[in-house]
Amino acid sequence: MSLRLEGVAKTFDNGLRALAPINLAIDEGMFVSIVGPSGCGKSTLLRLVAGLTAPSSGRISFPHGRPEMGFVFQEPTLMPWARVLENARLPLDLKRVPRARANESASRALARVGLSDFERAYPRELSGGMKMRVSIARAIASGPRLLLMDEPFAALDDLTRQALNDDLLKLWREDGLTVLFVTHSVFESAYLATRAVVLTPRPGRVVKEIAISHPPSRDESYRLTPKFAAQAGQISAALRQAMEEPA
Amino acid sequence: MSAPAALRYVMPLIVGAIVLGAWETLVRYYAVPVFVLPAPSEIARAFVADFSSLLASLWATLRVTWIAFALAVISGSALAILFSQSRLVEMALFPYAVILQVTPVIAIAPLILIWVGFDRVELALVLIAWIVAFFPVLSSMTVGLRSADANLVDLFRLYGASRGQRIRLLQFPGALPFLLNGMKIAGGLALIGAVVAEFVAGSGTATGLAWRIIEAGNRLEIARMFAALALLSAVGIVNFYALAALEFVCLRRWHESAITKES
Repeated sequence: MSLRLEGVAKTFDNGLRALAPINLAIDEGMFVSIVGPSGCGKSTLLRLVAGLTAPSSGRISFPHGRPEMGFVFQEPTLMPWARVLENARLPLDLKRVPRARANESASRALARVGLSDFERAYPRELSGGMKMRVSIARAIASGPRLLLMDEPFAALDDLTRQALNDDLLKLWREDGLTVLFVTHSVFESAYLATRAVVLTPRPGRVVKEIAISHPPSRDESYRLTPKFAAQAGQISAALRQAMEEPA
Repeated sequence: MSAPAALRYVMPLIVGAIVLGAWETLVRYYAVPVFVLPAPSEIARAFVADFSSLLASLWATLRVTWIAFALAVISGSALAILFSQSRLVEMALFPYAVILQVTPVIAIAPLILIWVGFDRVELALVLIAWIVAFFPVLSSMTVGLRSADANLVDLFRLYGASRGQRIRLLQFPGALPFLLNGMKIAGGLALIGAVVAEFVAGSGTATGLAWRIIEAGNRLEIARMFAALALLSAVGIVNFYALAALEFVCLRRWHESAITKES
């Protein structure tokens, strides 16, 4: 799986320019964070990649064919009338996977996010963090190669957010996923990503791409190291530069 | 601290008993003529005496109400689903649904009776009751189908969901609370429609409770009027609570409106 954006721009019907032409090359196994101020077209970028909206100009291509994708929104976006297992099973149901096999895949996905005991629960019975875990389980249930995440942890408290960061890294590593992760948090970006793409305010343009390196294993203590601080500082500086550039 | 749950049932019963007692006492004390205001005991006697003919009338009215209600639910939801699939169809037809709704049914009823014919008066009654009951179903279902979470709609698109899957797995379950609420309103309106229709259909053809009321009124049998009236109210109450119970059963697991606070 790899992904190329060549001169991709998006102007909405009402004349709002969301994205200026953007070039981006994303290769198999990358964890790319898209960082930028609110309303810089980050979400639009994800929707373009997902094929939910068409670019006004430019080209989005998948040199190795269009991969199976999973999408996680800022809200858990669960169906309140459906049990946790049925929610996680949704992508498989929509692809008409036989029920038994779909249940098995959804169960496994729920087990991987630590929700095995809640398959029969309804979303309203879960905490915010658990709902987001269901949402992630749904996104990985169909075995995607590309995971698109739109500020998924922005509404969670710090501890839950850190736990979910670590769970996500585990999934990414185990499955060899490629992740496109939109965030406005410099620190989340520095902790998760192997590359940070910094955008300007609307219309979004790439100011800087920063390669980020990590120790083999990351945990809470990593957030206190000078290396982490230095890389977060780099992203932060690029973001400040982005804010000052004329649109 | 809220009042004990039993009070919710006991208090209205106490009020009812007091009112009936006062009514009985005052009617007897002032010797009010029975053709002006019969005492509750007189109404009960009329009810027992006329029981079998009242029951037959009750059945006639119930049948019209329930058939009209069922038709309203089916046609209202079906049309709403059609509207949700095509903006064009909605634009073309919705104004006519509104016209059907805002024109007073009592004014259309004679026309419908003539068209359908007095030999098929029950069909005419059903049609009239249906016209009244159908709009709240259509209108609440249309809003419900349209209120699906935009992100979920996107997710369905991402996974290549068919139109049928979107309706069945996303729009219909999401619209269910709206539909059930519309059904509660439609249930009451179907009864009103049935009664109005019987009033208009008039002598010799209608056999329902509303006709009993007119008939008894013409003969100044006020106690029988009250007996039929009490039965009509009872039908309305039973219909409403049956639909409220259905709503609770369907929504209690997931919808905020049906969830009772545990604390």
